[in-house]
Amino acid sequence: MSSVLFDAPGPKARSRYRILGVVTALVILLIVGFVILRFAQSGQFEAKKWQLFTFPLVQQTIAQSVGATLAAFGTAAVFSLVLGIFLAFGRLSDRRWISLPCYGFTELFRAVPLLILMMIFYYGLPTVGVQGITPFIAVVAGLVLYNGSVLAEVFRAGIESLPRGQSEAGYAIGLPKSAVMTSILLPQAIRSMLPVIISQLVVILKDTALGFIVTYNEILFQAKFFGSQIQYGSPIIPSAIVAGVLYVGMCLILAAIAKWLEKRLSRQPGAAVIPAAAIPAEV
Amino acid sequence: MNTLLNNSDLFITGFRNTLILFFFAAIFALILGTVVATLRVSPVPAMRAAATLYVNVVRNTPLTLVLFFFALGYPKLGLVPIDFMTAAIIGLSLYTATYVAEAVRSGINTVPVGQAEAARAIGLPFTQTLTLVILPQAFRAVIPPMFSVFIALLKNTTVAAGFSVFEAGAIRANLSERGEPAMAGLLWVALVFIALVFILSAAQRKLEQKWKVDR
Repeated sequence: MSSVLFDAPGPKARSRYRILGVVTALVILLIVGFVILRFAQSGQFEAKKWQLFTFPLVQQTIAQSVGATLAAFGTAAVFSLVLGIFLAFGRLSDRRWISLPCYGFTELFRAVPLLILMMIFYYGLPTVGVQGITPFIAVVAGLVLYNGSVLAEVFRAGIESLPRGQSEAGYAIGLPKSAVMTSILLPQAIRSMLPVIISQLVVILKDTALGFIVTYNEILFQAKFFGSQIQYGSPIIPSAIVAGVLYVGMCLILAAIAKWLEKRLSRQPGAAVIPAAAIPAEV
Repeated sequence: MNTLLNNSDLFITGFRNTLILFFFAAIFALILGTVVATLRVSPVPAMRAAATLYVNVVRNTPLTLVLFFFALGYPKLGLVPIDFMTAAIIGLSLYTATYVAEAVRSGINTVPVGQAEAARAIGLPFTQTLTLVILPQAFRAVIPPMFSVFIALLKNTTVAAGFSVFEAGAIRANLSERGEPAMAGLLWVALVFIALVFILSAAQRKLEQKWKVDR
């Protein structure tokens, strides 16, 4: 579409685009350069502030915090997918006493902010007598309830977008509804929604960073801790840069997998793959 | 109920600040996101590349880290000092703008190709093709995803509580100082959010009906 918005440039337009391109590059260089210059002036790039990250023990701690982030992400991803499938089946059930609660459940947990959910688990539950809630449990439980509800809608949309003939064919050969769902509709729905599902996984990965507010010992929590070490000159910018590189790197890997799958699946005949961009993921 | 009534001052100030964050961040994100989407479909390759880089990097950064940068890194720039509230508005706007940009771009893709071709045929240049013909139609088509972005923004304002902004997400900590039960306070906060999201969804349905494009 974007290429039909303008004509193929002639010689005049081409030189105009070149000038605009140079201007754009200059503006960006100016902004980035200014930020770097100011950080340099306020001593953010002094060796002293980066020295902290050269210690093996610190590197080990960072590796551990990456592990903690990935542990929360992995656990939450698996349980969210399972919960999502169950809720989607529940909502599509013919029995109203099953579909109504599932509908209420998904709508409820999509409306409550994730951070508030985590706080309810971490700060709320112990005050009403539930013991043994670690930050890890609070983070994972919040992520699962929220993303499970979002994924339920994704699965449901995937199942409902399939041609009617698919389920009719299943019933025609005498399969019960459960078998039609699990062996005919779900595999196709997962395939067509795979890019959307993976971009939701990116959301889960990013949202693990909320864990630092409920004291879960993940990347950002460590970054803030290192950033406040006064004997190394409070290297808050260096540690934020390290955390940023780690997060963006991990998310880009996941996003690249999504893109690759999208390409691969859309090349196969008969697969109606919905591009991830068509359905903006819940943030 | 007592928790709510005895501390109504906390709840009112908290949610007032939440709404201020939401309102300003929504406006800035809408403007910036539209500009970024325009850049992403512009004929100048450098502009497309810059906008794509911005979207890809910020979209893959946790909001918490974006706010971290603005609350703790911005003061190190030695510019005009800003309070945490402003820092949070800037951070939320920059983060949400990437989602707005993606929504607008998907909206541009729903406008039939013939519309752009007709605009070009009568000699309109790129900016007019986009602003007079394509974008008005794209915005109408994009209402549902745009509202999910704004609903997400509303919920995301709670993250600012981690960075010294007193809004709905920070009500719990202040209640605890007064020795009030945490659970009751949190459930009330959750309930208000459910109500606010409900209002936004109702507005979405209304606008969707009103602005439906007949194709």
